Amino acid sequence: MKFLLILTFILLIISFVADKKRTILGIKKGFKMFLGLLPMVLNLLILVSIFLYLVPKETLVNLLGKNSGVIGLGIAAVLGSVSLIPMFITYPLAAILLKSGVSYQVLAVFITTLLMVGVLTLPLEAKYFGLKVSIMRNSLSFIGALIIGLVIGIIL
Amino acid sequence: MKKIILRITETEYILVILFGLFILVSRLFNFTPAKPISNNFWLFFVEMITFLPFMFILVGLFDVWFPKEKVEKHIGEGSGIKGTIWCILLAMLQAGPLYGAFPVAYLLWKKGCSVRNIFIYLGAFSTLKIPMLTFEIGFLGLKFSLLRTLVTLPTFILISIIMEIYLRDKNFEIKQPESKKNGQSKNA
Repeated sequence: MKFLLILTFILLIISFVADKKRTILGIKKGFKMFLGLLPMVLNLLILVSIFLYLVPKETLVNLLGKNSGVIGLGIAAVLGSVSLIPMFITYPLAAILLKSGVSYQVLAVFITTLLMVGVLTLPLEAKYFGLKVSIMRNSLSFIGALIIGLVIGIIL
Repeated sequence: MKKIILRITETEYILVILFGLFILVSRLFNFTPAKPISNNFWLFFVEMITFLPFMFILVGLFDVWFPKEKVEKHIGEGSGIKGTIWCILLAMLQAGPLYGAFPVAYLLWKKGCSVRNIFIYLGAFSTLKIPMLTFEIGFLGLKFSLLRTLVTLPTFILISIIMEIYLRDKNFEIKQPESKKNGQSKNA
């Protein structure tokens, strides 16, 4: 996150030096878009907070750790698709999963679906792309994630 | 100030208000599940607020600095492999969860980016962000990250090509969700 902050800051300074008026207009435009999106994002975060409480981390570890093979892959894919976990929880969690005996294959499917498929964010995505296109992108990404997991499993 | 109050009393924030009340009331009556839920929310909120506003500043700057013709020439229809590389590099430089990529995708599309490159941008944003990769390498090792990257790259390019073919002649457009109040001042 620091990275983005620094990048934004540097670009802001460059932009400001080059053209003050234009920079302020840009910030205003960005802020307006941000305010438009904010209520939806907040609603999403509230729902996910409740969801994560109902399905705690330990449950995820249990579900993925005990099953291997096709069932494990299926569970990983579904869990990854319906979860929305912040990055700084995802990777420590993935490291725990790896240590508790989850295969790279299952892990890759879980991470890839987590990154590319968003069932919870689907309503938000649909506002931009339309429902049909969003469902299609997510479905294709779901299949893609399974393939990615299988290939990684074969190599590692 | 009046504007802010008007905004909050709008229905869009009703869930936020209810959630706030729920947390408050739970505090008063020592309702235990509220604590982990509000902790979760806080974690998410911190993640969101540390990237989304900056993301939008970048989007705003991009909007005012890059004219449509230029963007279109580089990543639009017929921009080929070079356009794809531009989109991947742009996505890699960003941070945050996937929902942060949607407004950027909208802007790119408005500026004339091709459908294929829009989806390539989304794919690269979700799986190849540099800040995320550094995290991943730290926790899961370089070998896993490198392999995942190498396998993921062709996969989302293929997905984007499928989306492009499917959406051809379908009048596909990306819209920008607006808050109801915002809608009036939007044209200014």
